[in-house]
Amino acid sequence: MKIDVYRKKKRQFTIFALIVLCMTFISAKLTNFSFVQGISSVPEAFRWMGSNLLITRESFEKMPSILDKLIETIFLSITATTTASIIALLLALLGSQTTKVNGFFSTLSRFIASVFRNIPIVAWALILLLSFGQNALTGYFALFLATLGFLTRVFTETIDETSNSSVEALQSTGANYYQVVSKAVLPECSPQMISWILFMVETNIRSSTLVGILTGTGIGFAFDLYYKSMNYNVVSLITLSIVVVVISIELISNYIRRVIL
Amino acid sequence: MDTVKSSVTFDIRTKPSGKIKITNWNKSKVVMTGTLLVLTLLSMYGFLTFDYKEINLIQATLDTLANLKLMFLQANLNNFTLAEAIYQIGLTVGLAFLATIIGAVISLFIALFAAKNLSPKPLANTIIIFIAFIRAVPTVLWVFIFAIAAGLGSEAAILGMLLHTVAFLVKAFAESIEELDAGVIEALRASGANWWHVVTNAVIPSTMTSLLSWTFLRFETNFTVAVAMGAVAGAGGIGFELFMASGFYFDMKEVGFITYAILLIAVMLEFMSTRLKKRYIVKS
Repeated sequence: MKIDVYRKKKRQFTIFALIVLCMTFISAKLTNFSFVQGISSVPEAFRWMGSNLLITRESFEKMPSILDKLIETIFLSITATTTASIIALLLALLGSQTTKVNGFFSTLSRFIASVFRNIPIVAWALILLLSFGQNALTGYFALFLATLGFLTRVFTETIDETSNSSVEALQSTGANYYQVVSKAVLPECSPQMISWILFMVETNIRSSTLVGILTGTGIGFAFDLYYKSMNYNVVSLITLSIVVVVISIELISNYIRRVIL
Repeated sequence: MDTVKSSVTFDIRTKPSGKIKITNWNKSKVVMTGTLLVLTLLSMYGFLTFDYKEINLIQATLDTLANLKLMFLQANLNNFTLAEAIYQIGLTVGLAFLATIIGAVISLFIALFAAKNLSPKPLANTIIIFIAFIRAVPTVLWVFIFAIAAGLGSEAAILGMLLHTVAFLVKAFAESIEELDAGVIEALRASGANWWHVVTNAVIPSTMTSLLSWTFLRFETNFTVAVAMGAVAGAGGIGFELFMASGFYFDMKEVGFITYAILLIAVMLEFMSTRLKKRYIVKS
């Protein structure tokens, strides 16, 4: 009996491994990916990085303009996140099982969240680019819409998970909807929500680089410009400055999370 | 008869107006309020300093809404056939799959050295700092950097995505391994098992399900990344078609069709990964 269990497990594992191998082979065929070429280009890439991605004195002269673009990108991701979080909070209050007004709005809110979340940010950027042009607002709205979808989902989950008992306690004392939301739901959920907002600020700095390449704004545009003019020293300076910003924001938000959670 | 006096006295703090104070200003509350205040101020400053280039906001919004209406209500293919569209979606899924599966295998080996209960602390910390650095660089920048060595195409895209996938999965895997009961490892070690025995008999079997769930979660992310790489870095696939349809043909109906296709795959992947996550990662 015991041996049968092991044999069954082994067979399941073998079948699973075979399926994965098959899919890997099909994917490689489909994408024209050759493992040999892929592997052989790795050392070459690192050698190239070691010899070309050096920050020289001349590239430092570009620092003020890079800093300017970088600050634009940081502000873009912060504004998009904060404004999206306000709308997301309203949608989450409508969508959550604990605080919903009625079934229709709850379903609607979940539907909106799902659609906005699952359309990739590049698609939003490309669509908005047509009418907004190369403008800071294009990036802002693209980030805003994607963030809205994500935050609505996590806020809804947070409200569902954390505030059941205190909502019930307040309701039994005769509190009305607004009192329940402001005295039970918001205080209970706010540490978790702030943590998610900080996570989104971090993510958005990386996404806004991507969006910037498409829409010609912020640090993404600067990267694209120097990359295409093959000024790789400046490219490495830009990459390094993005790393510094992302890691500092990560450290700050880790500190805040440790205190509030 | 004497009245019974309560021996417990409550320290009720009141405001000057006589109302009872109910907010307690501890450190966590101060930090939370401060964070929200700083974020609000920064956003206000951001809105004031953006370079708007004299855009007509109302006109642009109306145009976008008209485009969206065209996209979602009259989605259609014009420049390529349905079969080709399915092929392009397959290409994107393939890119994401390859980056995820190769990344997962590499990550598993690195994670064994990055977990603090299996490897010496200095080594684990070095790996964690190193992957934090790799993770901080946006994926698209890695793809561009690899494109110089390998040429624009699937190799560069997969390598760039791979690097980011490894950086993400090593952290997640190492954390899953660290959650393992210390007693199990100790018991095996006491019976004379070496490092490799511990890994194959304790670590892998008991963390397998959560490792697989994390891998699938990353596959979901990588699909979106693969779409982006197609559009930005010329890696082909549905992302590139999206870029062509909107940037060159200005064909909103086709953009609509492609968006629907991406949405369909993404919703399917999300549905599966949410179920896996509920079952294996979040333990309540």
